Amino acid sequence: MSDELHGKPGEGIGARVPRKEDARHMQGRGAFVADMQFPGQREVAFLRSPVAHGQLRSVVKPVGFESSVFVRADMAGVLPIAAPSTLPTFKLAVQHPLAEGKVRFVGEPVAMAIARTRADAEDIAETIELQIDELPVHVDAHKARLDRTNLLHADWGDNVFLTLNYENGFDAAMKDATVVVRREVSLARQAMVPMEGRATLALWDDRAGQLVVYTSTQVPHVIRVGIAHFLGIDEGLVRVISPDVGGGFGYKCVLWPEDLCVAWLALRDRRPYRWIEDRREHLVAGANCRQHAYALTGYADQRGRLLALDAEITIDGGAYSNWPFTIGLEPGQATGNLPGPYDIRGYRVKTHCVATNKPGFLPYRGVARTGVCFAMEQLMDAIARAVDRDPFDVRMENLVTAAAMPYNSIARKHYDSGDYPRALTMARDKIGIEAWRERQRRGEPDGRRIGIGFASYCEQSAHGTSVFASWGLPLVPGYDSATVRTTPDGGLEVRVGVHSHGQGMETTLAQVAHEVTGVPVARIHVVHGDTGLTPFSTGTYASRSIVMAGGAVARACESLIPRYRHIGAHMLGCTTDETRFEGGEVRGPSGSVSLREIAAAWYLRPERLPADVDRNGLEATLGYKPDVDTGAFSYASHAVVVAVDMESGGVEVLDYVIVEDCGTLVNPMVVEGQTLGGVVQGIGTALYEESPYDENGQPLASTLADYTLPGATEVPPIRIYHLETPSPYTKFGIKGMGEGGAIAPPAVIFNAVNDALADLGVEVNETPLDPRRLLEAIERARVAAPARKVA
Amino acid sequence: MKAARFAYERPADLSSAVRALGEYAAASGDAKPMAGGQSLGPMLNLRLARPGRVIDLSRIAALRCIESAATSASVVPDGRWRIGAAVTHAEIEDSPAPLDGRGFLRHVASGIAYRAVRNRGTIGGSLAHADPAADWPLALNALGAQVCILGPGGRRDVSAADFMRAGFSTVLADDEIIEAIDGPVLSAEARWGYWKICRKTGEFPEASAAAVFDPVRGHARIVAGALGTAPVALEGLAEAVARLGSVALTTHAVDQALVDAVSGLDAVERKLHVTALLRATRQVFES
Repeated sequence: MSDELHGKPGEGIGARVPRKEDARHMQGRGAFVADMQFPGQREVAFLRSPVAHGQLRSVVKPVGFESSVFVRADMAGVLPIAAPSTLPTFKLAVQHPLAEGKVRFVGEPVAMAIARTRADAEDIAETIELQIDELPVHVDAHKARLDRTNLLHADWGDNVFLTLNYENGFDAAMKDATVVVRREVSLARQAMVPMEGRATLALWDDRAGQLVVYTSTQVPHVIRVGIAHFLGIDEGLVRVISPDVGGGFGYKCVLWPEDLCVAWLALRDRRPYRWIEDRREHLVAGANCRQHAYALTGYADQRGRLLALDAEITIDGGAYSNWPFTIGLEPGQATGNLPGPYDIRGYRVKTHCVATNKPGFLPYRGVARTGVCFAMEQLMDAIARAVDRDPFDVRMENLVTAAAMPYNSIARKHYDSGDYPRALTMARDKIGIEAWRERQRRGEPDGRRIGIGFASYCEQSAHGTSVFASWGLPLVPGYDSATVRTTPDGGLEVRVGVHSHGQGMETTLAQVAHEVTGVPVARIHVVHGDTGLTPFSTGTYASRSIVMAGGAVARACESLIPRYRHIGAHMLGCTTDETRFEGGEVRGPSGSVSLREIAAAWYLRPERLPADVDRNGLEATLGYKPDVDTGAFSYASHAVVVAVDMESGGVEVLDYVIVEDCGTLVNPMVVEGQTLGGVVQGIGTALYEESPYDENGQPLASTLADYTLPGATEVPPIRIYHLETPSPYTKFGIKGMGEGGAIAPPAVIFNAVNDALADLGVEVNETPLDPRRLLEAIERARVAAPARKVA
Repeated sequence: MKAARFAYERPADLSSAVRALGEYAAASGDAKPMAGGQSLGPMLNLRLARPGRVIDLSRIAALRCIESAATSASVVPDGRWRIGAAVTHAEIEDSPAPLDGRGFLRHVASGIAYRAVRNRGTIGGSLAHADPAADWPLALNALGAQVCILGPGGRRDVSAADFMRAGFSTVLADDEIIEAIDGPVLSAEARWGYWKICRKTGEFPEASAAAVFDPVRGHARIVAGALGTAPVALEGLAEAVARLGSVALTTHAVDQALVDAVSGLDAVERKLHVTALLRATRQVFES
């Protein structure tokens, strides 16, 4: 945490208001789907494919349990999940709620069993007989891309979801280069591992005449659209409630086959059905993320100025796309974000997104930016070594300057504001580079090697309609709405369609409402996560909610102020013009009247109202979207010091500094919490997390004993410092920042390790950096240059 | 996942536990004793273990004692300590009893997994489960402890070095349980070292090693663990170190001793095991 506490007094924007939602979570009083029980509830267990690729010959229900087991053929009328995209070359991968015809990854749901308990349902599920003719398996995206014979999706002609080509100024810019640097870097496949897995409970509400779906999701309104659409029923018949959600990270922003299956059961039988994803299902059958491979060529001058960049990116997309965001989001983001915070004038990129026999791929916190930052920042260090300059100096040479803002990137991103070089400089100063360099020269008594790394990124947040529409999605975010309702006792209810799954929006949206109305945060109640209670929103993803919903909340609050003043003026016996609204009350020349009294007049004592009172009352629903919706770009520089153990292959992070700028801070404490959580996930990507598959497509990390996550003892002290450059385009200048923490850690940690080992000729470039990868890299360098003294 | 159906029995004393185990072993052979459940529990939940009956030993008072010669009314002879099989790692970690006299058992216990596991997991359960990377098979081997086994035919003692045959395989018969672990109190001149290379705190190690030297008793053992099989004692190396001191402890000597004793290691595994062995044994000279 920052040693200079950053925060404004009071409870409005900028204050360190303690999170309202923490009390229930700290006392174990949160309510998650797995906490819920309804009379007559049945549990659902899925039988999943044991093979990675095969033709499904038969599924035989166990004798005596025919009515407790369901297969695809039982679900007539339910549409397969398909999300078309208008991106050129995009191929549609249809996924049935239960497998039909083929299975394409280990863990694909094939049948489901129902029983009073999950154990009983699993007993039934394991007696279902599957006959599957196995087919050749693709686990390597590079090989799958070139194979036109063994196909995952027979009608495609190849195994490529999508190829994106982009070129801008490349030939002209690369001509002047005197230094050419090539690097290949790659990231392992990962799971997302929220503390709470997926969970869906569906029931029929006879009184409301609705299918009520409780589900752990980031996007309740989108799930409602999807369930109604794929079940083929009116949306009015569906209500989606997302109660407390224990982490989303992108894993919970799409409609899943299991959701559709559970909803279908409840609709069919008009009784409650529930499925809770367990950790093994998550690690085996849940979506994956992060697996990108980059081949980069940087064209630079002698100072290390990167003139032109040539890139080929391969993304292992797994077996299926997703609804509604499609698999196109990841390659789109990779292609558009690779140049990062750097002023590059020539760019050429080809991005392949390839189908393999693994679970589908979802955008995970940071989306493609963790990969592009990893690639770009390693290239920066490689250029620095090639021109024999300090990596810090080479970065300063290349960063977009504050004077250039707003800046249009070579990939046609519009960076709205910021001072990128200042963040990097501050990170260098805060980490104390000189002292570490001295210690590095001196050497450690225990023989470990010290390394210092830097990484910078900028992060498109709160991007709106124009950006999502350019990715060709079937569902594009537009205006977010908020309803603000004055309660009869002068408090506020804020209703929003976004959903918090750890972000603290019950607090931060209340702070926004407080900023406008002066109503105490304790008396502002944020309602979210229920399509029956909130206005439509596409939900919480892409670091958008505080900008979009925050803007809508502010606008709705602002629209109520004149109404408060008009009633207040009448009660004070003055004209509206003579009043002002301040500190939660209407003040006039002769006194003041509180919001409580104004609200009481509207709701309970209307005889006190002026005759020309605004008939819309003390409640308003308003929409918001920034006028320029290309995104508010947060950015940060991370600096890290590591100690590398040459004998054990261990990497210890000794110090970690972050200088971040997410525009106007709504709550510095929440920003720090979000950043810390993201950094821990980024450390996981850098050093620990991996979902390996064998050549048959069998997952090798199916429990947390094999899938290594960082724990409290693996997280170093992390110091966070804030800069505050308001966005010119958003309400209050707020930028989104939910993902940034997870973007830079792999880049900065690898750069630090490579700094520690540079004089040995060792370079690592593949996540995660486990002891094996590190020791093998050391050994390779020793063999390649035996003259060098390598420990 | 949830465990498949099984019957559950919690005998009150040792003789009924042995009797129950014997009966089911004879009848169907699918009874499984459980102590802390920290290994069996996950295996049940993943349906990797599907016993017809689980016999819970965790409440049997006779398996829950820590005794040394200093303990009042102790039957343990001078110079020995004895830990009941159902004593938890945390109880050993926290034990005020002198035990081995040099803090070795306490140190090993404190590094097992993390505290929540140590609160439930037991020393006997760990030995019986025989995970190749577990702490107790390695540490008790290095210490020269004995495993006291109880079955329908009575009691027998097996040295910890011989108890584990291979990964997840021991000399225990289906109808036998571990009653206690019994070992020597170290002399004041004794020194030990213990090193694990773990990717993160609480994970099973990639490589582990234990070294115990007690010149008064002529005891010198260096043992390598986490080899995918039972721990392997490097007897020649231990003897050389005991005789010559730290000059015998070179990277080359350790590497040679490891390669002589263990085949099939690749270059990285070899490096990690040599590192663990060197670091464990160096501690003997540093303490």
